Amino acid sequence: MTIEFKPSPSLPPPQSSVGAVAWIRKNFFSSPLNIALTLFSLYILYLLLPPMVQWALIDATWQGTSKAACTAGGACWAFIGVYFKQFMYGLYPAAETWRVNLALILLILLVAMYAVKAIHKGLLTAVILLVYPVVAFILFAGGMFGLESVETTNWGGLFLTTLLGVVGIVASLPLGVLLALGRRSDMPIVKSVCVVFIETIRAVPLITILFMASVMIPLFLPDGLNFNKLLRVLIGITLFSAAYMAEVIRGGLQAIPKGQYEAADAMGLTYWQSMTLVILPQALKLVIPGIVNTFIGLFKDTTLVYIVGMFDLLGRIQAANHDANWLGTTTEGYAFAGFVYWAICFGMSRYSMAVERKLDTGHKRN
Amino acid sequence: MTERNMALAQLEQGEEAIIQFSDVNKWYGEFHVLKNIDFSVKKGERIVVCGPSGSGKSTMIRCINRLEEHQKGQILVDGIEMNDNLKNIETIRKDVGMVFQHFNLFPHLTILENLTLAPIWVRKTPKKEAEEMAMHYLERVKIANQALKYPGQLSGGQQQRVAIARGLCMKPRIMLFDEPTSALDPEMIKEVLDVMIQLADEGMTMVCVTHEMGFAKTVADRVVFMDAGEIVEANTPHEFFDNPKHDRTQLFLSQILNH
Repeated sequence: MTIEFKPSPSLPPPQSSVGAVAWIRKNFFSSPLNIALTLFSLYILYLLLPPMVQWALIDATWQGTSKAACTAGGACWAFIGVYFKQFMYGLYPAAETWRVNLALILLILLVAMYAVKAIHKGLLTAVILLVYPVVAFILFAGGMFGLESVETTNWGGLFLTTLLGVVGIVASLPLGVLLALGRRSDMPIVKSVCVVFIETIRAVPLITILFMASVMIPLFLPDGLNFNKLLRVLIGITLFSAAYMAEVIRGGLQAIPKGQYEAADAMGLTYWQSMTLVILPQALKLVIPGIVNTFIGLFKDTTLVYIVGMFDLLGRIQAANHDANWLGTTTEGYAFAGFVYWAICFGMSRYSMAVERKLDTGHKRN
Repeated sequence: MTERNMALAQLEQGEEAIIQFSDVNKWYGEFHVLKNIDFSVKKGERIVVCGPSGSGKSTMIRCINRLEEHQKGQILVDGIEMNDNLKNIETIRKDVGMVFQHFNLFPHLTILENLTLAPIWVRKTPKKEAEEMAMHYLERVKIANQALKYPGQLSGGQQQRVAIARGLCMKPRIMLFDEPTSALDPEMIKEVLDVMIQLADEGMTMVCVTHEMGFAKTVADRVVFMDAGEIVEANTPHEFFDNPKHDRTQLFLSQILNH
């Protein structure tokens, strides 16, 4: 006679392991060391937070035309208020700043359109990568369609920071992919070119590259063949981060099991098909943390353009600190810069985590 | 007459070999992994390759679609020589399906996308048609209800059946199996073998590296035994299991059959 096997029913977990109290106990008070650390952290917060709030909010001065107006003993935010436009746009003519705003809004709208299902994603990407840069450049530089011409030397502030960051990020990723694939290539010449490029760029500080781009290259180029300094700096920043990007992506390529390459080969996909359809989607997903790391590094490194006489957000703040009316507002300036950079970088980091979660297909390495 | 019988009839009429190894040698660095392999497979034939690990059996079948390159000798597949000519390799790979020990499904694509990838990009089949064909093969391996899941959500046996269906979607003339059940739990081996037996009954040309001797006995037309990079013995299952000619074969059989 056979006996039928019936699995026992699944029961809910015990009450003590779910809910807010259980969460607090598990995360803050799970062991004597954990309790001590929690209490110590609370004490540090007690020491730091009240004076910070006192300085930054309660005793702060929000209105005024010079440092003399700030008498409450707290932060002098009036300084930021007065210089705000310059921090955002540099010396871009005040009457024309709508063009910068319009370009930003356009970009946000275009990116938001990815959420609309009816729109073809490839077409949208082509518009963003090919059409949008032209439109944005015409808006920024002017000189046609009745727009007043604005020299790139007047571009500055957060506008310049964002421009350098976005162009650097968008251009360095594909370049990094090509370099990484090249470095793993079987073709000796392609491989050596990529290795030499990557190792040379990584061995040199960004300042050197920016300095080369802005001062040395014009010396070497024949007269009349000179091109815009902003463009040279953009190329320098892009090449610099592409070298780092290439190594991050190479790490991802190496982490893909050999079986994936073989399966793609065995079904007759060409090299480029197998890379773009099978290998890169997996490799890039694996190294999102490293890619975003490089993006954030690049974004903050753009502050170095100050060295070659371009005034990005930090450059504008430093310049404003020399204003005789506002002497002694360095702390406020740097606090503001720190907050802006933190907000943008934190945003990038959270966004990347959301992308990682979205792309997670519950796959475990086999 | 079934497809299977027709294929056999053609075979008896002396149809040419679809896979032909002539004096094939291969080295990994200094290591001589394939030694003078002379071997042919006729259309519709079902070959089982067995042997101890490291004997070169996987390397041999991987030479058929040039996942491994041989250094000496000649391999003809469907009349085309496998050499450095990329066009030839691509042509053959379209017509030769392969199933791997570790499935090698693409984890970032759904089951359906795994199946339609090659038909769409290599055969240029319209997407809709490719999807219909994919669903047809998924039905056949009894897994159609999982089409929109990702490989990571399936059991090993299910993944391997998907891998077989993925190979079939290219309408291959030859199917290669490289230890398709070695990474599976005992309970899942049968579901994969059943699919392979069904495929064999339909007349597919199959070359299968496996340790499943039951499968070899019931399905194979010929069993090939390899050791140390050489083909020691190749014979019908009946002769191979009941009357092995070679000492090495006898030792191998006594070790895997009596435990």
